[in-house]
Amino acid sequence: MEKHFTDSRVKGVSTGTTILAAVFDGGVVIGSDSRASIGGEYVSSKTINKVIQVHDRIFCCMAGSLADAQAVTKTAKFQLSFHSIQMESPPLVISAASVLKQLCYNNKEELQAGFITAGWDKKKGPQVYVVSLGGMMISQPVTIGGSGSTYIYGYVDAKYKVNMTREECLQFATNALALAMGRDNVSGGVANLVVITKEGVEHIVIPGDKLPRFSDE
Amino acid sequence: MAAASMMPIFSQNVSSNSDLVPEWSRQEVSTGTTIMAVEYDGGVVVGADSRTTTGAYIANRVTDKLTRIHDRIYCCRSGSAADTQAIAEVVSYQLGFHSIELDEPPLVETAAHLFRASCYRYREELMAGILVAGWDRRKGGQVYCVPIGGMLVRQPVSVGGSGSSYIYGFMDSNYKPGLSKDQCLDLTTKALTLAMERDGSSGGVVRLATISEDGVERRVILGDQLPKFSTH
Repeated sequence: MEKHFTDSRVKGVSTGTTILAAVFDGGVVIGSDSRASIGGEYVSSKTINKVIQVHDRIFCCMAGSLADAQAVTKTAKFQLSFHSIQMESPPLVISAASVLKQLCYNNKEELQAGFITAGWDKKKGPQVYVVSLGGMMISQPVTIGGSGSTYIYGYVDAKYKVNMTREECLQFATNALALAMGRDNVSGGVANLVVITKEGVEHIVIPGDKLPRFSDE
Repeated sequence: MAAASMMPIFSQNVSSNSDLVPEWSRQEVSTGTTIMAVEYDGGVVVGADSRTTTGAYIANRVTDKLTRIHDRIYCCRSGSAADTQAIAEVVSYQLGFHSIELDEPPLVETAAHLFRASCYRYREELMAGILVAGWDRRKGGQVYCVPIGGMLVRQPVSVGGSGSSYIYGFMDSNYKPGLSKDQCLDLTTKALTLAMERDGSSGGVVRLATISEDGVERRVILGDQLPKFSTH
């Protein structure tokens, strides 16, 4: 009789990471941890940036194989800037997500990467899209991903409310990342957050010792 | 000691002819589950969902995973339903015998050590994650965690089962030492509900029990009475 040994490395195809994005009233927060690991045993980078800018007001977070994710985002960035020039206007967030989706769906056999795309555009305001492993694209007000995300499903379900203020949403995202990094051994380092609004983009980095602590630590 | 020699042998015989029996009956009955136990000043609160699955089939949607081991000691079972039921029966027997010899109610720590002894000795054959919780006069409310493999550790709050992964974040952020009994009940209900919403192997109703010096108080929260969280 086979026994099941849960191994966070093998569950789904998530690599060590925690990524999230959440819509608030007037903008969107997208964030991640900063640890890259090999097989869950060696931390190859403590300060890797997983939040990639694909256009002025559109960012994306990657989960899965980092090599695949970097290749895909580079291609998507190019295609999106070309599209933006042709249309003579900034691209829509859904366009960015669709570009990623096309790449993920058409190459689903070779790729092992999922994305969260978040941004602001004139047509629909702040939006979050998730493109999962096989190439499904779906829009959600809040979404989490990566191996560390399993530990914060309950927290996110309980705590997220629509139309939060910017400060509430930042606090929510910071807490969620801190909780995930506290439980997942392949997520860690600093919390990288990006706040995207109509006015612009703000990068916030919270080092490990400044992250919120919870009672059991 | 007579009690020790009564330890049965845990072994599993699986015989199945793949053509003649349906697939779900060849899969082990599992309490893929969410269980939780919290200490408060004066007792403990234990809670569990109520789903037992055989593969994708829900064999029992109103399972009672909170098993009485002694008057003021309960255990929450997760993992293989057969394994945990068998272990619980063995420990109940051993503890009852021990309590009669001592002529006083047994300690929660004793129950936890008995669970650990079985779970560790037969760790290769068993798949059982157990939370032991109760009240005794010496140390009050206590929660002991005996996960798969047979470790034993006392914790003020502990979750277990397949659904527990989803609520670590919620638990870390919402538990503080010094909660009252009602706050513990509220925390447990919310945590179990959140886990049941995300884990396919957990669901049904929420069963709760409060164990204190005054005794055991059990309650059930049905599906439509569970707290609702903003859906997205």
